[in-house]
Amino acid sequence: MDPAFSTADLSAIWLTFKLAAVVTIILLLVGTPIAWWLARTRSWWKGPVGAVVALPIVLPPTVIGFYLLVAMGPGGPLGHITQALGIGLLPFTFAGLVIASVFYSLPFVVQPLQNAFESIPERALETAATLRASALDTFFSVVLPLAKPGFLTASVLGFAHTVGEFGVVLMIGGNIPDKTRVVSVQIYDHVEAMEYASAHWLSAGMVVFAFVALLALYTLNPTGKRK
Amino acid sequence: MIHARLDLSYPGFALQADLQLPARGITALFGPSGSGKTTLLRCIAGLERATNGLLRVHDEVWQDGAIFLPTHLRPLGYVFQEASLFPHLSVRRNLEYGLKRIPPEQRKVQLEQVVEWLGLNRLIERDSPAGLSGGERQRVAIARALLTSPRLLLMDEPLSALDAASKREILPYLERLHSELEIPVIYVSHALDEVARLADHLVLLEQGRVIASGALNEVLGRLDLPTAHLDDAGAVIEASVAAHDEEYHLTRLDFSGGSLWVSKVERAIGSIARARVLARDVSIATVAPQGTSISNILAARIGGIQDEGPDRVNLRMSVGSGQMLLSRITRRSRDQLGLAVGMEIFAQVKSVALIA
Repeated sequence: MDPAFSTADLSAIWLTFKLAAVVTIILLLVGTPIAWWLARTRSWWKGPVGAVVALPIVLPPTVIGFYLLVAMGPGGPLGHITQALGIGLLPFTFAGLVIASVFYSLPFVVQPLQNAFESIPERALETAATLRASALDTFFSVVLPLAKPGFLTASVLGFAHTVGEFGVVLMIGGNIPDKTRVVSVQIYDHVEAMEYASAHWLSAGMVVFAFVALLALYTLNPTGKRK
Repeated sequence: MIHARLDLSYPGFALQADLQLPARGITALFGPSGSGKTTLLRCIAGLERATNGLLRVHDEVWQDGAIFLPTHLRPLGYVFQEASLFPHLSVRRNLEYGLKRIPPEQRKVQLEQVVEWLGLNRLIERDSPAGLSGGERQRVAIARALLTSPRLLLMDEPLSALDAASKREILPYLERLHSELEIPVIYVSHALDEVARLADHLVLLEQGRVIASGALNEVLGRLDLPTAHLDDAGAVIEASVAAHDEEYHLTRLDFSGGSLWVSKVERAIGSIARARVLARDVSIATVAPQGTSISNILAARIGGIQDEGPDRVNLRMSVGSGQMLLSRITRRSRDQLGLAVGMEIFAQVKSVALIA
């Protein structure tokens, strides 16, 4: 019998985790200020911005992929910028995949963070201010620790959701071994080639990964513990 | 000296305050809910931004025109109605939160000192504030505020969220604050008994405006203010503990207007005491009463008379030098006794509460 995972499979697994890790880190950095703003603002823009952030939840991934492809292409605004900067064009590159995944997984990071931030009472921030903590100091000494469960949820969901994407990858990244061929695409290839055993191994691996990730989330982050 | 001239308006509410407050002792901001006392306190703290304002504390300008010092740069301590301890920090780290943010050369108090002072020795080792009682939490919150070595301490109804037992537990600590601390305190309250017990200076607020500001007794003795209409209207007398009567278990308090006997208290002779006499507990006699069970009878002179509802009147009397008593009697008694401003009469005090 063949080994469970071929070299191509292992390469796809490695690429998938690299993509998910990079995307999660970027999302935590980008999503935190967006979630903070959404949680605290009284601006009229809260509704529209919140809706735009949530769009990937309801839109078909192919739609997001299509527009990002156009935007990053030679005639698109992002394409102009990347070409002017001498980076070249992003579609069919790992960087392009990262950018697309950031958009695609944004709500899965922003929404748990926003919920966590909203549950922190204004009073905690005021108390910190009366104890001489600046806004930034308060963020690190009060907000971050109190929102820890929200950050855990956001990281797990952002990571897992990026691992599981398919449509956006196909639109933006195509199917280039070692560069853009992630596990979900590899499974698709196996099925197309009637290699059901290989497809089984990878698919089962994904099921186990998703289960473990969610199990970890629910175990480490029991709801209703915080007052 | 603290000078605050602060204007702020919301839909349905406008605060227009202009105040000069003493830089020592406890100033109470007193008024019904919605009178703007908490808003005024929050403006002083910079938690609320008065649209138009001047705020000078000691020699520092905290707000003036375009100048607005953010809260974290104001050397103040703030105690909220609920203790607002940080749930993710141990009791010790809660206490140290503000302390750590003060440069060592500006620290005027040590952690151990404040812990001792507020009786936190047993509580400081708790991993989380979650198990503390309401009174304990509020003591930790007061200690946490004091540890920032504030130049002004702001307290927003620190007792109102507590039950009667916790209130009794915490009041002695507030009194010690009063007698031992040199920091001026601005204390928001809607409970007259708390104010009578703690305050030196009283500011009355109504619908966002200051309607009176002055020494506690001076304001409590005014018949034209809402405080005179309260059920527990009354005056406060500053006296000194003069003698103990072991046989009858009584203590005598002396002041310039005479003596008052109260149930015996364990206080050193010569110590200063504050007694509260409610208007409804004072009756009037035009000649020295004979054969009465009331032992506290003071010679007084009527300073003011004002109707209180259809059947009652409030009287203000001066006793001794600068001390005051209020009395609430029926309108009929006033007419039968022919009471008028300037008359010398006798005030019979049925009950005296030693409050501090």
